[in-house]
Amino acid sequence: MSVELDAKGLNCPLPILKAKKAIKDLPAGDVLRVLSTDPGSVKDFEAFCRSTGNELLSSADDGGVYTFEIKKTAA
Amino acid sequence: MSNTDGKKMSIIVTKGTLDWAYPPFILATTAASLGVQVTLFFTFYGLQLLKKDLGHLKISTLGNPGMEMPMGGMHMSMPNVVSMLPGVDSMASSMMKGLMKKKGVASLEDLREATQDLECRMIACQMTVDLFELKQDQLIDGLEYAGAATWVEVATDSEINLFI
Repeated sequence: MSVELDAKGLNCPLPILKAKKAIKDLPAGDVLRVLSTDPGSVKDFEAFCRSTGNELLSSADDGGVYTFEIKKTAA
Repeated sequence: MSNTDGKKMSIIVTKGTLDWAYPPFILATTAASLGVQVTLFFTFYGLQLLKKDLGHLKISTLGNPGMEMPMGGMHMSMPNVVSMLPGVDSMASSMMKGLMKKKGVASLEDLREATQDLECRMIACQMTVDLFELKQDQLIDGLEYAGAATWVEVATDSEINLFI
């Protein structure tokens, strides 16, 4: 299963805060797909995943829209 | 496996202007989202950030040469002799709020609510509450009222301690 979170147009720290909230409700193993336009979120989602122990499956830049796929692996 | 398991952060919040209200709430909500236990200790002008309504918070351009507001592709800074005129702080504050909204920056109200939702511990300094004659019913619910010893106890057990 995967869930999408549209955080486009939001600035720091909102994409992270919304991702945290969204991932909390997911069962382990599910994937959260985050869309963002904040260039800072590229580094921030790497740090978020390292810190929380969730797995960053992919990080892509499609002309200023960033897509992150995060697999919930932490409790 | 999480890198933040059991990690703690404390922030002493001393400033009561619109711009300086952001760093403590941004860092608190972000750290809490990353799994860090956060305590905020509000003292002196930082207590302004605990009032029920935050609409009174302003920025001041006075003595702040680093503040250059983007305007029509240029940047505008304010000479001190203009900053001191009545109404300039209010005007600059409305401009800042407009700019923040346009750029998708969170409102302070939302960040503060998120701080509480993420179960950050929020402590109002009892001494400065008394000093400025603030009433508990002027401030938001969910606060603790305590003194320096409470912060020291938290700080000695925290990996990160910030003074803002």
